[in-house]
Amino acid sequence: MLRSIRSEALKVVTTRAWWILAIVLFGYIALFAGGMAALFGTISDQADALGPGSSIPPLVYSFATSVGYVFPLLFGALATTTEFRHQTLTPTFLATPRRGEVLGSKVIVGAAWGAIFGVVGIVATVGVGGLILALVGVDPLLDSTDTWALLGRMVLAMALWGVIGVGLGVLVPNQVASIVIVLAFTQFVEPTLRIAAAFWEWSAEVGRFLPGAASDALVGSSFFTSLSAGGGANLLEWWQGGLVLAGYAVVFIVSGALTTWRRDVT
Amino acid sequence: MTGAVIEIQGLTKRFGRTTAVDDLTFRVEPGVVTGFLGPNGAGKTTTLRALLGLVRATSGTASFDGRSYTELGDPLRTVGTALEAASFHPGRSGRDHLRVAAAAAGIPTGRADEVIEWVGLGSAARRRVGGYSLGMRQRLGLAFALLGDPGVLVLDEPINGLDPEGIRWIRGFLRSLAAEGRTVLVSSHLLSEVQQTVDRVVIISRGRLVYQGTLDGLESGPGRVRVDAADRAALADAVTAAGGSIELAHDGLHVSGLDAEAVGRAALAAGVVLSLLVPEKEGLEDVFLELVGEGGIR
Repeated sequence: MLRSIRSEALKVVTTRAWWILAIVLFGYIALFAGGMAALFGTISDQADALGPGSSIPPLVYSFATSVGYVFPLLFGALATTTEFRHQTLTPTFLATPRRGEVLGSKVIVGAAWGAIFGVVGIVATVGVGGLILALVGVDPLLDSTDTWALLGRMVLAMALWGVIGVGLGVLVPNQVASIVIVLAFTQFVEPTLRIAAAFWEWSAEVGRFLPGAASDALVGSSFFTSLSAGGGANLLEWWQGGLVLAGYAVVFIVSGALTTWRRDVT
Repeated sequence: MTGAVIEIQGLTKRFGRTTAVDDLTFRVEPGVVTGFLGPNGAGKTTTLRALLGLVRATSGTASFDGRSYTELGDPLRTVGTALEAASFHPGRSGRDHLRVAAAAAGIPTGRADEVIEWVGLGSAARRRVGGYSLGMRQRLGLAFALLGDPGVLVLDEPINGLDPEGIRWIRGFLRSLAAEGRTVLVSSHLLSEVQQTVDRVVIISRGRLVYQGTLDGLESGPGRVRVDAADRAALADAVTAAGGSIELAHDGLHVSGLDAEAVGRAALAAGVVLSLLVPEKEGLEDVFLELVGEGGIR
């Protein structure tokens, strides 16, 4: 198993996708967090408008996950679909014929790189966003254990998104289809569903279990939930959010393992 | 080194309604180069993929010394494989491709550098595979096969895309691998391509075995004699009188039913001066084509 994990990690670092994604993630999140930090910082007198008890730094920091989760998701999906697309499953399965072992290694590597993306996103939000907050006179709260717990949960969320990406890639081996699903779902379908779900009580109950909502619950702070009516009240507990997110990962991986992963490699 | 015996037993593979491999049974021994021949679409690649655990057989077994590929503890160290659709990530360098496989098999990185040098890709090792020519990919595929210094080599169409110098090199290389006691199975859709390299052949057509044995055994078709003279009419009469049947061709008369000596005697008796007298065996390629039927080559 260790050999297979090493091989999978080597596959990641010997191609360019991961650091291109990491650079884009950093730039994108730094821009978001920096801009929002400047905006909120200057209107901090009215910050209470964002919801009771919400404070600005966690909100800015959590952009790394609330906006950035698409990156580990995309990374994980690419990591598996690339093997189908370039038919590299042949050498992969020749070297490691026990396919479950290969998939397990991909899960571990997907989680590891998801966590790396989490750290990159945090460097962007805390580095750029925190700096700007400090500059405009808002306490960046970096001496607070709550802040560090938040950052830890963000890394965990990103790791889980990496695994979900791997699962999606196994379930939908067509690379283009997989990418379209990731982008459409994260940028359009889920945001729309979450807004729509908030209208009725029963749908709000269901909406909490959407993957993005579960992820925000796990992190415990998100720009989107703060904006929506009722603030974070609709979210699950952080550990429940984590379990729901992990549940998605397990369902995707297992159903992929039982279908496309078992197929003939021709 | 003694390579494992490859044993295919009653192997059948259906894709939906198509039967790609149909109750195929053959054996490949170590120490010789065995050619695995058949026209395109005969089921060669499917057979090899089933042997390597990439394709699940509908029925039957394929094994190395009795163990299936997935049961091998250290597959890359036991069996080296280069499949036709050599599959590489275009953004990864040749060397990195081997490093990825080496890591999975617990083979030191130094060995990757060694084999890539061996197949003549040393200077291109750090370039991305996307820029490789077909011949270079073939060589990289071969390097992948050699990575674990395996006792068994399974090579699907390894000569495809190689330049003449590369073809000569790989022929010598395969023979030396077999001489070391390894089991070498080489597939091809052209007999002429492997004729000088292989000792034994397994020929399939439409998923079924049509011949298994030595090349010499394949060659023992009925012979014919090519003969010519300035006075072809007289020669034709003499040969027919002696009991031979003739066929007029651009390069002389093709005589069947008589051996070269009998043709010579007939000509001598009739006082015809021969300008040509050549005993010919039926071409291997012809025998091969006959065996595989209209399966397609041409």
